[in-house]
Amino acid sequence: MPYALALVNSERLVHLAPVDLAIIAIYFLAVLLIGFYLKRFAKTGEDFFLAGREMTAWVAGLAFVSANLGSLELLGWAGSAYQYGILAAHWYWIGAIPAMVFLGVVMMPFYYISKTHSVPGYLKLRYGSAASGLSAVTFAIMTVLMSGVNMYAMAVVMKVVLGWNINFSIWVSSVTVGLYVAAGGLFSAIFNEVLQFFLIWFGALLIPILGLIETGGWKGMVARIQQNFPGQDYTHLWGPLGRFQDNPMGMHWTGIVFGLGAVQAMGYWTTDFLVVQRVLSAKDMRSAKMAPIIGSFFKMAVPFIVILPGLLGLAVLPMHLVPASSLQSGQYSYNEVLPLMLARYCGPGLLGLGITALVAGFMAGMAGNVSAFATVWTYDIYRPFLRKTAPDQHYVSMGRWCTMIGLVISIGTAYLAMGFASIMDYVQALFGFFIAPLFGTVLLGMLWKRVSRAAGFWGLLAGTLSSIGMFVAMKLDQRYVAVFALSPHAKALAQDMYQALWSCVICVAVTVAVTLVTKPRPDEELRGLVYSLTDVQREGRATLVRRPAFWAAVVLAIFLVLQIVFW
Amino acid sequence: MSEKHHIVPVWFFVGVLLLIYGCMIFASGLAEWSNPSSTVLAELHAPVWWGALLMILGGAYVALFRPRREALKENPEK
Repeated sequence: MPYALALVNSERLVHLAPVDLAIIAIYFLAVLLIGFYLKRFAKTGEDFFLAGREMTAWVAGLAFVSANLGSLELLGWAGSAYQYGILAAHWYWIGAIPAMVFLGVVMMPFYYISKTHSVPGYLKLRYGSAASGLSAVTFAIMTVLMSGVNMYAMAVVMKVVLGWNINFSIWVSSVTVGLYVAAGGLFSAIFNEVLQFFLIWFGALLIPILGLIETGGWKGMVARIQQNFPGQDYTHLWGPLGRFQDNPMGMHWTGIVFGLGAVQAMGYWTTDFLVVQRVLSAKDMRSAKMAPIIGSFFKMAVPFIVILPGLLGLAVLPMHLVPASSLQSGQYSYNEVLPLMLARYCGPGLLGLGITALVAGFMAGMAGNVSAFATVWTYDIYRPFLRKTAPDQHYVSMGRWCTMIGLVISIGTAYLAMGFASIMDYVQALFGFFIAPLFGTVLLGMLWKRVSRAAGFWGLLAGTLSSIGMFVAMKLDQRYVAVFALSPHAKALAQDMYQALWSCVICVAVTVAVTLVTKPRPDEELRGLVYSLTDVQREGRATLVRRPAFWAAVVLAIFLVLQIVFW
Repeated sequence: MSEKHHIVPVWFFVGVLLLIYGCMIFASGLAEWSNPSSTVLAELHAPVWWGALLMILGGAYVALFRPRREALKENPEK
């Protein structure tokens, strides 16, 4: 009994009614039941790690976008919207849509035709074990760190909203995710990602709807924000980006266009195995190409349930939120804006659904990370370097164990993450380290057959090390901010964008330089891996609406309209 | 959704969950109709119409994607 009491903190935003608790409990029961139902289908390595490669475009597409719709998305970006205004929407639009379309139209055929099981797997085929090993190890590190951040964010919400003990939240969600992913592998992860996609939308959609009713629509909301925060522009997407000091993010448009849009987003959406793994589960080439494009339509709409609640928070919340680093008793941090808005509008029943949506997002994020970690560890580290020949069943068993081990490491990471002032800065730094250079390596490998094995490895290593070097230099000595991020006024997110940009440029430069002094691989070894040596199937007779390129054009057109509307 | 394994479509599970949640939220909204909660805009009775929407969508998904008898026969594992 004393332990049960210790789980509940006296300070909390809301008190859950029995119906709310029942809704949350039903969700936990449902994901476990689905996981154990799917266990019987996850028998072979392809089943466990790639969901049998039999998902339709819609399932793969929703899982693709849901794997990224974890706790950081919901809480971190709602908090960022409160802190930076609509500038945060760049991470959903220019920071996602062109990259997702690029993945579907240009890069997916190579991943799919090569029948690789992972992104490091493609690097092994294209560049050999050295580049693949480097990528696999860095990805494994990044993915468990990400998983830990997810857990921490979840635990904070549970503490703030429900008064639950942070340790209790971390362990309950981790054990649940571990059980269902270990049981059904990627089948379980994908099924639950689709499930949480619906829960998140139906759980969070009421906040912007009721918020806009309360403020009298978009114009009313803007008027209230201007009244609450006079002299600051929170509602224009590109207008304030002319100078670093003109916007609360300390960002310049070149950082958004080149750092975020051209490098970081491309790197994340096309080479981060967590999301690419969902598309690799597609049943055929057309589904694999359509999945990211379907996902991009939904991704484009996510600001409605993430960014808009942050903006509405600026308009309607009676208190001013503060950075987590300067939080004092009785205050709330930026990252708590979404739960605050939920508590503002949702009574019994709806509150349970909203909390379940948050929990589902957290658990899907964790499941995505651990399933990707299990695959990369088993196929790209364990099999090539530790045990090359073993029965398929052995690798499936290893994948199940890795799921649990990955979660334990993530739990440790969650406790580490508590020491960091800003969740988003922490994650952006990680992306910059590994993802941006990897994009340069993969893209050059796909488009230029001359690139040699050594060039791939040294380019990737140089890009990663330079990224870490720039990060450390800017943290230790503020003068380097003006050097790398082009202005002393550049703030954390802006620094990350330029760090990603330069690390990719360095990766490409080193790769090209080493390529020119090393021997290329013979053409016959590169068939199916390089653009000029791959016969990509064309959709010659397909009707317009069945062509991925048509839908890619539609989504890009909507994307452009949104930029103009919110300019 | 699944060709090799004949797995029950994920949309069916989505439908079941939405249906259950819809019923619970709808009932909760009706129960507090005369005594709404203290949330902002409680007078709009959002749980009632939102619960009804979930019930309709969930019911439609369950009806459309329920496991068929023929599919079960084809799959000896089930």
